[in-house]
Amino acid sequence: MDEETRKYLEEKARTLRRHIIRMLAEAGSGHPGGSLSAADIVTALYFRVLRLDPRNPAWPERDRFVLSKGHAAPALYAALAERGFFPVEDLWGLRKLSSHLQGHPDMRKTPGVEASTGSLGQGLAMANGMALAGKLDRKDYRVYALIGDGEMEEGEIWEAAMAASHYRLDNLTVFLDYNGLQIDGPTSQVMSTEPVEEKWRSFRWNVIPIDGHDFGQILTAIEQAREHLGQPTMIVARTIKGKGVSFMENAVGWHGNAPTREQAQKALAELGGEPVSE
Amino acid sequence: MGKNVATRDAYGEALLEVGAAYPEVVVLDADLSKSTKTAKFAERYPERFFNMGIAEQNLMGTAAGLAAAGKIPFASTFAIFATGRAFEQIRNSIAYPHLNVKIAATHAGLTVGEDGGSHQATEDIAIMRAIPNLTVLVPADGVETKKAVWAAVRHQGPVYLRLGRPAVPVIFGEDYDFALGRAAVLREGDKVALLATGIMVSEALKAADLLAGEGIEASVINVSTIKPLDVETVVTFARRCGAVVTAEEHNILGGLGGAVAEALAENCPVPMVRVGVRDVFGRSGTPEELLQAYGLTADSIAGAARAVVRRKG
Ligand SMILES: Cc1ncc(C[n+]2csc(CCOP(=O)(O)OP(=O)(O)O)c2C)c(N)n1
Ligand SMILES: [Mg+2]
Repeated sequence: MDEETRKYLEEKARTLRRHIIRMLAEAGSGHPGGSLSAADIVTALYFRVLRLDPRNPAWPERDRFVLSKGHAAPALYAALAERGFFPVEDLWGLRKLSSHLQGHPDMRKTPGVEASTGSLGQGLAMANGMALAGKLDRKDYRVYALIGDGEMEEGEIWEAAMAASHYRLDNLTVFLDYNGLQIDGPTSQVMSTEPVEEKWRSFRWNVIPIDGHDFGQILTAIEQAREHLGQPTMIVARTIKGKGVSFMENAVGWHGNAPTREQAQKALAELGGEPVSE
Repeated sequence: MGKNVATRDAYGEALLEVGAAYPEVVVLDADLSKSTKTAKFAERYPERFFNMGIAEQNLMGTAAGLAAAGKIPFASTFAIFATGRAFEQIRNSIAYPHLNVKIAATHAGLTVGEDGGSHQATEDIAIMRAIPNLTVLVPADGVETKKAVWAAVRHQGPVYLRLGRPAVPVIFGEDYDFALGRAAVLREGDKVALLATGIMVSEALKAADLLAGEGIEASVINVSTIKPLDVETVVTFARRCGAVVTAEEHNILGGLGGAVAEALAENCPVPMVRVGVRDVFGRSGTPEELLQAYGLTADSIAGAARAVVRRKG
């Protein structure tokens, strides 16, 4: 990846993170930790990888992205707004009665959202369905999904894991947001999921471990997935929950609490760019 | 108890009480212990608490096994995931073999608020009510919640306990006489019977005040045991008042309104209006905004009462 691309993506990711912080502060509730840990993956997908047409969100040939860990909706909304699916101003209405931006993604309310998620464990099966349809229709669109490492505890994930390899869904690429935390504590304490890579491998997935905050590694892994035939790919992306805001990083308490105005200003200062006027 | 208390908070406290009284009480959660308030029990009795991770089906199945081995398990998660994701485990692993599991589901109804429609269970009462053997309890406030938890422990058999997220008015004194299976008459009047459950009980009481100002004397009945329904009390008041309004933070299909309509159609048909969510999904907003937007208020109940009184023969 050239230096220019890296700079561009880093800047975009910073913009997304700033939006996430502002949205959550405006809303007064929501999930910063998992939105921030996913921000770089979402940025790479929406600004380098996905073939989309914001003026025609239902374009049949488009690539699909399913945010299975739906509580990270702010990251998705920020990317969709920056891609022009709706005005950036809409973001400040997150979670409000008058807004189309629901607390969790709603494909019937928000343009560009591919699946209604929020109930963990369900998104991977939906992505499988989209990938299967692509195979049936001999279309060359690709399907991407993002699941959480806590979400991996859901039985439906493993049912979908089996089905995806059984049907050789090599048009499916999934990211595991491997941040090591869930709500009640570290995943290792709540319900151990190790060995993660071996599990996916034993379900006959192509497994690629990466640093989920390194754009070079993200894009290379996506390229390898595209070239890998006969199997779905799981990109096990090591991430830091709360990434980019020092006091939110690796802190269980920032899973589902919105920052106050002061905390938001502090976070925005760390993320650089113009301060936000009230 | 304070002026406003979330029923989930009262549940968390009640667990400590029953946990002290009954060594066989164990508690299970699915990565939501801080929200369901089982974390308090986990702290006090770590060896009797099991976090199953984000795996609601396994949560219910494990609770069933613990009950089969003589424990009294309380299994908690949000109402949407308990009754939705784990429906068949509740049906076949818990209710079918009549196992002594207490399913305490929090964050029921629209008052989940900003998390939005994906997280607002407005069909859980209907789903749970259709399962044989299962007792369905919907307490109206913190005081009743504590009494319901005690009653659930003493009851031999599976129980579904529906709890809410936000703080709601405490309407009962500590001397409130709760009995499983009995609807509580809170106010007596002859013109219309307001049958309410959960957070709508306090709204029904307010509605009765509004109506009294217009000369419409209303009875207010708290139907906290949805199943088995206290058919005798429901029919007695339907006969006496000749008109009925039900009120619930739930779809008007299959919940309290459905249960009362079934009982009255067979025993004492009278004009009736159901106040509740009108067969639509919820959305993001504050609890107060949502209750307003979906017509779950004292005003709506009073309006329904006026309309139903006009229909009396
Ligand atoms: C079926 C279901 N059960 C429980 C929840 C509540 N919940 C929301 S986020 C979360 C933790 C998710 O952890 P993880 O998948 O690791 O996400 P991340 O760390 O990326 O935020 C839980 C339990 C839910 N949304 N859906
Ligand atoms: Mg995680």
